[in-house]
Amino acid sequence: MRVNRLFNCAALCAALALFALPGFAKEAASLAQDPVLEKRVDAVSSELRCLVCQNQTIADSHAELAIDLKNQVRDMLRSGNSNEEVVNYMVERYGDFVRYKPPMKPTTYFLWFGPALLILIGLSVLFITLRKRRQRVLDTAPLTAEDTKKIDDLLHAGKQEAKS
Amino acid sequence: MMRFLVPLVLFVVLGGFLYVGLHLNPREVPSPFINKAAPDFKLSQLQDFQATFSPKENLGKVWMLNVWASWCVACRQEHPLLVQMSKRGDLAIYGLNYKDRPDDAKQWLSQFGNPYVFSLADFDGRVGIDYGVYGVPETFVIDKQGVIRHKVIGPVTPAILSECLTPLTQLLGKDESVESPEMKKVLKKCA
Repeated sequence: MRVNRLFNCAALCAALALFALPGFAKEAASLAQDPVLEKRVDAVSSELRCLVCQNQTIADSHAELAIDLKNQVRDMLRSGNSNEEVVNYMVERYGDFVRYKPPMKPTTYFLWFGPALLILIGLSVLFITLRKRRQRVLDTAPLTAEDTKKIDDLLHAGKQEAKS
Repeated sequence: MMRFLVPLVLFVVLGGFLYVGLHLNPREVPSPFINKAAPDFKLSQLQDFQATFSPKENLGKVWMLNVWASWCVACRQEHPLLVQMSKRGDLAIYGLNYKDRPDDAKQWLSQFGNPYVFSLADFDGRVGIDYGVYGVPETFVIDKQGVIRHKVIGPVTPAILSECLTPLTQLLGKDESVESPEMKKVLKKCA
């Protein structure tokens, strides 16, 4: 029985491997052809947004458009374009939105500096509040002799109660 | 007083941002091609592979380039409108058959009607990429100088047709400047 099951498993694995092989072989081939090029393709395409599934790069996405765009990147790099030229080509066609790293320009200043600005505002609010509070503590009139005595009595009374 | 005012103002501002966000469509990526020359290409015609077409041949004409495919569901939705438009005959619609199989595409046209002067066969989608196509259907309006003046992302609706495409192409046909007040009004409707 156990042997039988083992055999079944082996058969299944072999079948799966057979099915998996063609796809695997294809991917490996395109990598093996020119690993340097593939590295550049990866670098460029992980900077580009897939417009179909907008929160993925075209390197991560399996959408058809992403695959087409990746092929376009590969072709352009192969024919001697620099990484920057390829990114510019995509920006010309799809706008800045296609870039995962938005460029620095007047319309994106808020995007770039907004977080720092918010932190600054937060820190200054914190600083002002703390200073105000300290001032309030300092401004409070010092205790009179009568107050001190009252405090002492209360503390003392508490101690005696605990003893008894 | 300040204790309540500050959170209230913050809440209202945040609420305002979220409210505006409700009506934005992240899928609508504005095309950087507006007011730029339509990229050149040379493609075979779907119905006649021997014959080719290049946008240069349409200089001096206002025309529309409609990106479609037989596998595209939304294309079917806008198709009757395009057919209706072509019957009126006041505007030339050219098709860009995007990543399709020729037999499927031809079958689709004979089944639903052919509104196009002719369709161009972009089977590997390269021209599509060149035009920044990322979803089908998309429709480009190109003026007499070969400049893209507008792009409709998604299916053309009766409202888009009557408020945007029809007046826009009429004004372009009359060589109205893009800066003229009338044109600006139409373009605002288009946006």
